[in-house]
Amino acid sequence: MKKLCTLLVALLATQMASAAPNMLQIKGSDTMVNLAQSWSETFMETNPKDFISVTGGGSGTGLSALISGTCDIAMSSRDIKKKEIELAEKKGIKPFEIKVALDGLAVVVSPKNPVSKLTLEQLADIFTGKITNWKQLGGHDGQIVLLSREVNSGTHVYFKEHVLRKNNPSGTEEFAPSALMLSSSQAIADEIKGNANAIGYYGMGYVSKNQKAISIAKDANSPYEAPTIENVISGKYPISRPMYLYTNGEPKGLVKKFVDFDLSKQGQEIVVKTDFVPVNPITK
Amino acid sequence: MTLRKIKEFFIEKLILLCGLASIFFVLLIFIFLLKEGVSVLKSVSLGKFLFGSKWYPISDPPQLGILPLILGSLLVTFGAAVISIPIGVGCAVYIAEVAPAKLKEILKAGIELLAAIPSVVLGFIGMVTLVPWVKNIFHLPTGLTALSGSIMLAFMAMPTIVSIAEDALYSVPKSYKEGALALGATQWQAIWRVMLPAASSGILAAVMLGIGRVIGETMAVMMITGNAAVLPHSILQPVRTLTATIAAEMGEAVVGSEHYFALFAIGIVLFIISFGINVTADIFLHKRK
Repeated sequence: MKKLCTLLVALLATQMASAAPNMLQIKGSDTMVNLAQSWSETFMETNPKDFISVTGGGSGTGLSALISGTCDIAMSSRDIKKKEIELAEKKGIKPFEIKVALDGLAVVVSPKNPVSKLTLEQLADIFTGKITNWKQLGGHDGQIVLLSREVNSGTHVYFKEHVLRKNNPSGTEEFAPSALMLSSSQAIADEIKGNANAIGYYGMGYVSKNQKAISIAKDANSPYEAPTIENVISGKYPISRPMYLYTNGEPKGLVKKFVDFDLSKQGQEIVVKTDFVPVNPITK
Repeated sequence: MTLRKIKEFFIEKLILLCGLASIFFVLLIFIFLLKEGVSVLKSVSLGKFLFGSKWYPISDPPQLGILPLILGSLLVTFGAAVISIPIGVGCAVYIAEVAPAKLKEILKAGIELLAAIPSVVLGFIGMVTLVPWVKNIFHLPTGLTALSGSIMLAFMAMPTIVSIAEDALYSVPKSYKEGALALGATQWQAIWRVMLPAASSGILAAVMLGIGRVIGETMAVMMITGNAAVLPHSILQPVRTLTATIAAEMGEAVVGSEHYFALFAIGIVLFIISFGINVTADIFLHKRK
């Protein structure tokens, strides 16, 4: 027994000693988990000695982890807040922002729902609770069920600031209290699939044949645009947002190696494969 | 002093230390909760915090009213109690008084198995089976309602209620029942008029502990009650509970922000509620002795 114990301790010690310098912890936005996972898998294939672990939890979770020093890179689907920067500085951490991809936010309904296009104004009215029945939008008679992400989600924050408050920083619009707060994009997708009265939003990568993405116009006089990669790149689709990685100070060593890989041609091709929109134009 | 006595002395003190440790930890937890939670009063008054009807913690300035959350928790708990108490007590009566010995063992094992199901699993099962069912039966816009949460939580309270109530019934002296039967009471009369009143304080304690289990439950509730922070008007509406709020938002809260303190203050409210429930249960249990 004693022998076994010493053996285990020795094994653990060597493991830790060899693993530590090449370990990278990435944490944050649920929207970006798939993307970061694909990056890290490809990255580890070409760099078998490096080990990268990716976990979700929400943009806020990732940034708090970066601030408290428990991860190397935070994924975030929103800008870092002033308060978070102050807090980070207090702890001696300098968040460094790198834009790595763009994401179109799809507004989704059930394919059974006849409504297929909305203006930003209508969207804001729906999610603040001013419009409560699909009848008011030319659909069937049914109470609108609002599905939102939880407040720890960068998607929630982005949607509130850019759709509900229409980019007005002093706006006071809020999600209607009756909005259901679901803990993941997948949960919203599942509820939409079985509920013809529901409307929700999430990154366009999550749209499948069980959901219908709504085409959106900036205002009543503009054309309605579908959330496609081309429309996001050209800026025609009105709800898209940048995806960031945050590091402590300018990237160095393995962090730099990984970030450089993400921004490389190969990395940006993975961006397209996971249904996001590249920031660096890919030369075809 | 002989070696034996020294040994005895050390073991005694060690056990004393273990006993004190648990109290010490509870105190530490409470002090920490209090220290972090009370800071919320710097930004919002106690009345506004407890009775405010708007919960928008990440807005600027944040609106920190937890009345919808308190009512949400109470509504889900009340619903679960209404479902689980009659079934749980009935089950306990059957196991303790009526069931033949063999069936008794099977039932007891079954109840224990129910207690062993992790709450996230119950939540998941509820999400795929119960939620669509509630939606269709009541023709609701969504099945993510307080009722779904209540039904699922009733399953979680049941094992506690059954095993403690059964224990209480079992510890009623045999002579009570025999006396009642000898006086010509039927089986049912003996149970209803003699056994249940005799075990009443134990059964009440069972109910209270079951409720305590429900109000502190987080995972299943978060998955199936919809988490909308509205003042509930009916049990067929989505609600947001105290526990789900802490679990869902703690990851995001910036340490040291009003939101962070508010979540700890919610922790205090929960602590007080379950402390109250446990003390009541304890009083009933002691009354019995």
